[in-house]
Amino acid sequence: MFLSMNWISDFVDLSGLDKIKLIQRFSLSTAEVENEIFHKGSDLSGVVVAEIKSVEDHPESKKLHLLKVDAGDPELTDVVCGAPNVRVGMKTAFAKVGAKIGEIEIAPRPLAGYMSCGMCCSEAEIGISDDNSGIMDITDDVANGTDIKSVYAIDDIVFEVDNKSLTNRPDLWGHYGIAREFAALAGRELKPIPVEDVAAYDNLQKVDMKIEDPLCQRYACMQVENITRSVSPVDMRIRLYYCGMRGINFLADLTNYLMLEMGQPMHAFDSRKVGKIRIKRFDKPFVFKTLDGVDRNIDENMLMICNDDTPVAIAGIMGGLDSEIVEDTTTLTLESATFDAASIRKSTVRLAHRTDASMRYEKSLDPEMCDTAIARFLYLLKKYDGGVKVVSALTDEYAFRYEKVELKFDKAFVDRYTGIDIDNDTILKTLRSLGFTAEFNGEFFDVTAPSWRATKDISMNADIIEEITRVYGYDNFEVHTTRSPLYPVRMDVVKDNEDKIKDILVKRYNLHEVHSYVWAYYDELKDLGIEVEPNIKLANATNPNIETIRKSMIPTQLCQVKSNIGYAPEFGIFEVGRVVTGIDENNLCVEKKMLAITLYSKTEELYDMYFKLRDILAVIADDLKHKTLSFVKAEPAHGYEHPVNLNTIMLDGKEIGKIGILHPVVGKKLDKKGNVVFAEVDVQAFAEVNNASIVYEEPSKYPPMDYDISIIVPSGVLFSDLQKAWENEGRGILKSARIVDTYNTDTFHSVTIRFVFSSNERTLSSAEVQEIMDAVILNLKDFNISLR
Amino acid sequence: MDNNFDALKQQIKEKLAATGNLADLDKIRVEFLGKKGSITALLKNMKNLSNEEKKSFGAEVNKLKGFASQKIDERITEIKKKEIELEIASMPTFDITTPANLDRGSYHPITLVQRQCESIFKSMGFTVEDYPEVVTDYECFESVNIPKHHPARDMQDTYYLENGQLLKSQTSAAQNAILRKYGKKMIEDGVPIKAIFPGRCFRNEATDASHENTFFQMEGVMVDKDISISNLIFFMKTMLSEVFRRDVKVRLRPGFFPFVEPGFELDINCEICGGEGCSSCKHSGWLELCPCGMIHPNVLREGGIDPDEYTGFAFGLGLTRLAMMKYKVKDIRDLNSGSLKALSQFTDDEA
Repeated sequence: MFLSMNWISDFVDLSGLDKIKLIQRFSLSTAEVENEIFHKGSDLSGVVVAEIKSVEDHPESKKLHLLKVDAGDPELTDVVCGAPNVRVGMKTAFAKVGAKIGEIEIAPRPLAGYMSCGMCCSEAEIGISDDNSGIMDITDDVANGTDIKSVYAIDDIVFEVDNKSLTNRPDLWGHYGIAREFAALAGRELKPIPVEDVAAYDNLQKVDMKIEDPLCQRYACMQVENITRSVSPVDMRIRLYYCGMRGINFLADLTNYLMLEMGQPMHAFDSRKVGKIRIKRFDKPFVFKTLDGVDRNIDENMLMICNDDTPVAIAGIMGGLDSEIVEDTTTLTLESATFDAASIRKSTVRLAHRTDASMRYEKSLDPEMCDTAIARFLYLLKKYDGGVKVVSALTDEYAFRYEKVELKFDKAFVDRYTGIDIDNDTILKTLRSLGFTAEFNGEFFDVTAPSWRATKDISMNADIIEEITRVYGYDNFEVHTTRSPLYPVRMDVVKDNEDKIKDILVKRYNLHEVHSYVWAYYDELKDLGIEVEPNIKLANATNPNIETIRKSMIPTQLCQVKSNIGYAPEFGIFEVGRVVTGIDENNLCVEKKMLAITLYSKTEELYDMYFKLRDILAVIADDLKHKTLSFVKAEPAHGYEHPVNLNTIMLDGKEIGKIGILHPVVGKKLDKKGNVVFAEVDVQAFAEVNNASIVYEEPSKYPPMDYDISIIVPSGVLFSDLQKAWENEGRGILKSARIVDTYNTDTFHSVTIRFVFSSNERTLSSAEVQEIMDAVILNLKDFNISLR
Repeated sequence: MDNNFDALKQQIKEKLAATGNLADLDKIRVEFLGKKGSITALLKNMKNLSNEEKKSFGAEVNKLKGFASQKIDERITEIKKKEIELEIASMPTFDITTPANLDRGSYHPITLVQRQCESIFKSMGFTVEDYPEVVTDYECFESVNIPKHHPARDMQDTYYLENGQLLKSQTSAAQNAILRKYGKKMIEDGVPIKAIFPGRCFRNEATDASHENTFFQMEGVMVDKDISISNLIFFMKTMLSEVFRRDVKVRLRPGFFPFVEPGFELDINCEICGGEGCSSCKHSGWLELCPCGMIHPNVLREGGIDPDEYTGFAFGLGLTRLAMMKYKVKDIRDLNSGSLKALSQFTDDEA
C-alpha cells in the first residue's frame, strides 16, 4: 500500500520534523516500509499554468499546431504542439524554457520548421496521472504564469508499506490510521477528521434496508441527489494516483479516496435499482455479473447485497453491473458496511477474486467506522460539489457489536515481559497516544482498547506489551541475559550419533556430505532405468515430476552420483535424510531418518569398494557402539539392487540397513566405466542400540604366538562358516584369527589365516598351541576344507 | 726389539691411513690385536725372558696394544664422521613449496552453520531436538495458534500429502512437542525449557536463485518464569555474533506471526556491505533474518504451560539464509544440487 505524506499531514502536523527519519521510525515501530521512498515532484521545475491564446494548424503537418501561449510573461510564447485537445482559451501545464521534467531540460528548438519555446504538458508528463491522451486541461481559475506546484500538491513524499506487515492491523488500511501512528511516534496531536453532521438529516425518511444474515455486522446507508460534478479535483486525483489508483470519475474516485483515507470500503448504487436493501445468502448457486463485466459463480455461502430478492452486489467484494451508477443516475444510495471477515475471506478464495475492498474486510474492520465514513463522504461530496442534496436520513443497522476489550495489569507484568524498566508515565502516554483509554490507580493499569484495535488485534495483556515496546523503540532496549537456574543438558542420542557418523565419514573416509529432496524425481530416475515405487504422494504438487515421496534415499543418491561423474575419478557421498516407508494404522506416515552412502570409482575393483564400504560401516558401529556388525544375504527388493551382492546389515540382532552393488542394467546406465556401491542405514534404529563399554585387557607380559594355516575354501563357503571351526576351541588363549593373504586361481580359492595366541599368565608352549590347531584343522576337515 | 715395536707402530699407521671403510678396520683390528694378531704374537717371545724383563716387556706390549686400539678407534670415528657428512651432502632438498594435497571429505555448509549455532546454544544449556519432516496440521498450525482459515496460512504455501499430513512449512511445528516434553520438569522442578531445533522445511513454491522449496530453519525456544524481550535480543545478538565472529548489529521490527505476541522481524546489518547498502540488502544496509517474539499465551497454554506464570521467547532462524550469507553463496539451488564442485569446498569450519 502506498502512502502520501501530504495526506498524512492533513491529520497530524509534522512540520519541522525530518520526514524520512519518521518513515524509518514507522518502519521500525509499526510496519515494514519498502526501501524505495518516492520524492514526487522533485524532478519537476519551471512548469507554470499557461493559457492558449491562439491555435493555427501547421501548414505541413496534420498533427501539429502552432500556438501562442500566455505563460504570464509580457510577450506571448510560440509553441509547436502535437496534442489533439488544444483549443483557444484552454489553460494547461506549460514547461517554460529552462524547465526541468525528469531528465529533460526544456530549450527553444525548431520543430518541423517553426521555433518552439516551451512545451505544453500532459498529466502523465508531469507525473500526476497516467493520462497521456492530450495536454492537461486546467479548469481551476489560476493566474497565468503561476508555478503549477504552488497550485497543486505535486510535491509529496510517497512510501510503500508491505501489505503483509499490516495483516493484523485493520486500522492501518487508510491514511487516517497511519497518521495516528505518526502522531504517536512523533509525539504530536492527531486531528479529528472533518465530517458532515448527519444527525441534521434525521428527520428525512429512512432507506428501506434490513440485515437478514448474521454475517453482516453493520450496514449504514444514505441517499443523495443532484450530483453534477464528474471530474475530481486535481489534488484528489494526484493523491489517488500517487497511491496507485487511477482516476475514473468524481463519484468512483471519492469512494476510492475514502477507502484510502479511512480504510472503509464504500459503494454507491443507483437508487432506481436498489430501493429495498436486503443482506442475505441464497440457498442455491447462481451466476452473477459484477461491474467489471465478469460472470461469477455465487454459492450458498456467499453473502449478497440484494434489492429485495435480486442480488446487486457481492458483499465486501464487488458490486454488480446492473446496479452501477450510469449516465442518467440521479439518486444514489451510499453503502458503508462491515461483514464477517472470515466469510469474506472464504468467498474471495472461492471466487478467486481479491479486491481492494475484500482485502480490507478480511482484516476485521472496525464497525464503528461505518457511520463516520458516510459522514466523511458527505463532507467531501458537499465540499467539492456544492449542489448535492441529501434525501434520506442515515439508515444504520448495527447487528453485531464487538465486546469492549478492557485489560488490567500491573507494572510488574510489563517489567517481566520487557525485562527493562519503562516508567508508568511513558506507559500511559504511549497507550493514550494510540487511542487507548488508560488509567493507573496506584496498583493497576486499567486500559480499554479503541474500537479500531478491538476487532481481533488487541485481546489480551500480551498485546499491550507490543504497543508499549514498539513505541518505546527496540533500539532503546537495554539487553541482558537470563537468570535461570542451571542444569546439565543431555544430548539426544540420535542427534549425537548422527553428528559422530558425519565426522567419521568426512574426517576418516574423505566422503562428501550432500543434501537432496524428499521426493523422487521421475525424470532423473527414468534416465537410470529406475521406476519410482508407489508411495504416498503430495496432494498439491505443482510439478508432477516430484509428487511421490521417496521410500529410499539410494535412488536419489544414484542420480547425484551420475551428475558428479565428471568431478573426480573416485568419490563418495553421503546424506542423513528422511524417507517415508509406508502408512501406519492411524493413517500417518512412517518416516525414517536414514544414512545413505554411495561410493563411486573408475579405478577401483567393485570387490575392493564393497569391502571398503563394509569397513566404513563396521568402524562406525565399533566407534559408536563398540559392537560388531554382522551381515546376512538379502533378496533384492528394488530393481536397482544386484541379486548376488546385497546384504542386510545387522547390529545386536536387529536389521539396521542394507549394503549392495548395482544391478548391471542400472549400473551401465549410470556409468559404463565406473563402479558404484551403496549402503543405507536406519539412523534411529542404529542409535537405539546400546553402547557397550570398552573392555580393557591388560597387555600380556608374555610373548604372543602366531600360527598361520593356508586352506582351500570351496565356493559358497563364507568366513563366518569357517569361524565355527575355532570358535569353541580357543581355551582362552586364541585371541584372534584373521585373513592375512588370499590366493586365487581358476580352480581354487585359497586363504591364509593367522591365529594369534597369547596368555597373561605364562609363556605359551608350542605343544598347547599345536593341540588347539590340530583340533581346528580337524574341524575344518568336517566342513570339507583341507590345508593347501 | 724396540725396532720391532716401532715397525709395528709404523705398520698400523700406514694400514689405517690406507683404509676407508669400517669392515676393513675390523680386519686390521684382528690382524694386530686378535688372538693370532701380530702384537699378540710378540708375547710368545716372553717365555725366554727373566721375570724382570717379562714385567717390562709386558708393559711395553700393553702400551703398544693401547696405541693400536686408540688409533683404530680414532680412525673409526673419523670414517663414521665422514660417512655422515657424505650422507648429509647427498640428501636432496625437499621442495616444501609445492602445493599440498588437500583431498579430503566435506560437510554440507548447512551442517557447518548448524553446528556453529548448536554449539553456541549448547554452551548456554540448550538441548538440541530432532523432529520429523512429515507432521500433522495440528503440529504445524493448530498447536501454534494458526487455526483453520487463518490468514497466516496463506503466508506459507504448504505441501500437503494425500493422507492429510503435510511437509512442515516451519520448524515451529516442533514447538508444541518441545513444550510438552520439557514442561513438566519446568513446572515441577524449576528447570527452564531451553531447546533449539534445526530442521528441514518445505514450501510449495517455484525455485530460482533465491527461492527453494526445501530449506533449513532452526527453531529456538526458552521458557521460564521471567523471560523477557531483553533476553530475546541478548540471545539473538550473542548467537549471531558468534556465528559471524564479529559484533553483529541487530534490530527488531514489529512483525506479525500468530505464534508470538509481541512478534518481531529481526534484521542484522548486511554482512556483504557492512551496512553501507548494496544490492544484496536492497540498499538498506539490513537483512531480514529471523522472525521471533514472545511465545503467544495460546501456544504456551496448548503446550500445557500457564501463560500467567511463565513467559518465553521463540525464534525461527533461517539456517539456509545464514549459510548463504556466511559463505556468500549466491544461488540457493547449489545447496540441494548434490554438486561436489560446489559442496566439496566446505571441508570444515570450526564450530
